[in-house]
Amino acid sequence: MSTIASTQKVNWKGGVSPYNVSYGKLMMWFFLMSDAFTFGAFLISYGTTRLSASYWPDPNEVFDKAPFINAKLPLVFVSLMTFILIMSSVTMVLAVHAGHLRKRKEVAKWLSLTILGGILFLSCQAYEWTHLIEGGTTISHNMFGPIVNGHHTPGPAAFGSFFFTITGFHGGHVFSGVVINTIVLINVLMGTYDKRGHYEMVEKVGLYWHFVDLVWVFVFTCFYLL
Amino acid sequence: MEQQATITATLEDESAHAFDSTVARIWRVFWILLIVTLVEIALATVHYFFGVPPVLLRNVIFLSLTLVKAFYIVAEFMHLRHEVKNLILSIMIPLLLFIWFITAFLTDGNSWRIDRERRAVQTEQVNPAP
Repeated sequence: MSTIASTQKVNWKGGVSPYNVSYGKLMMWFFLMSDAFTFGAFLISYGTTRLSASYWPDPNEVFDKAPFINAKLPLVFVSLMTFILIMSSVTMVLAVHAGHLRKRKEVAKWLSLTILGGILFLSCQAYEWTHLIEGGTTISHNMFGPIVNGHHTPGPAAFGSFFFTITGFHGGHVFSGVVINTIVLINVLMGTYDKRGHYEMVEKVGLYWHFVDLVWVFVFTCFYLL
Repeated sequence: MEQQATITATLEDESAHAFDSTVARIWRVFWILLIVTLVEIALATVHYFFGVPPVLLRNVIFLSLTLVKAFYIVAEFMHLRHEVKNLILSIMIPLLLFIWFITAFLTDGNSWRIDRERRAVQTEQVNPAP
């Protein structure tokens, strides 16, 4: 603690970054901060619209299907998706850690597992979207309204538009994360970072990947739990 | 030559030790995240089938647990806790704006609902059903 405080004093005199991280990592942090505001704005506008409506669909009723199982299972499938994403975050930290130790094979192994987790998550999302769209839920229409005389009535259109926009934007981030991770994996396998002398690129994509996981934590709470 | 060998051995020893403790910490965070998520799902299921706890309390618990998970992801996985204070503050202080965003917008949404419901009641009074 005291060593950090003393280096900080020196650092503010110029010549060295007062943040004690490289330019690339610092810019990744600032990008993620701006991205946090984007997702924050999405989720807050969702919350505002939801609070302004006198009726809102119950997530336990909307998200109650899982593939291959013909029964009502509230939240089971989305819990699996959450588990996959947390797991891929863990493999990413392990990849970053192996990068610190410059173990090329370890980095490649953990990074491949991270990519696999990302692809699995996207497949789950594709299933969920397909199921919802086939059930008549679109960005402008859904049948999750209150039950009148035993029949479902149209629910608030904003439900579908917010759901598809926000999970779609998050899924887009997962997809670009998978693409970037794949590019980094190719570089790891080609030995680019061994030549460079450090695996910092793995740390940078790691930051991005954890941020995607972080956003999912909030999306999960806002759409599936509340 | 011998000295260098000793130094290399010590370095390897230390890195092996650091490897173990860091990996152990990573898995500890994983278990925390997993257990918190399972608690959330259990709470959602209990509320869905038995109606307890009341919605407001349930939501407060959900949001608190979400912040716990967010803390562990940012602090440990993204390593922010172990960065210098300058970086932590530069990232965290702007995010404090969210406190105002959330307060202002959710209050706005809620007041719209109250207004809408009041109007609905008034309309019924003005035009009674035939």
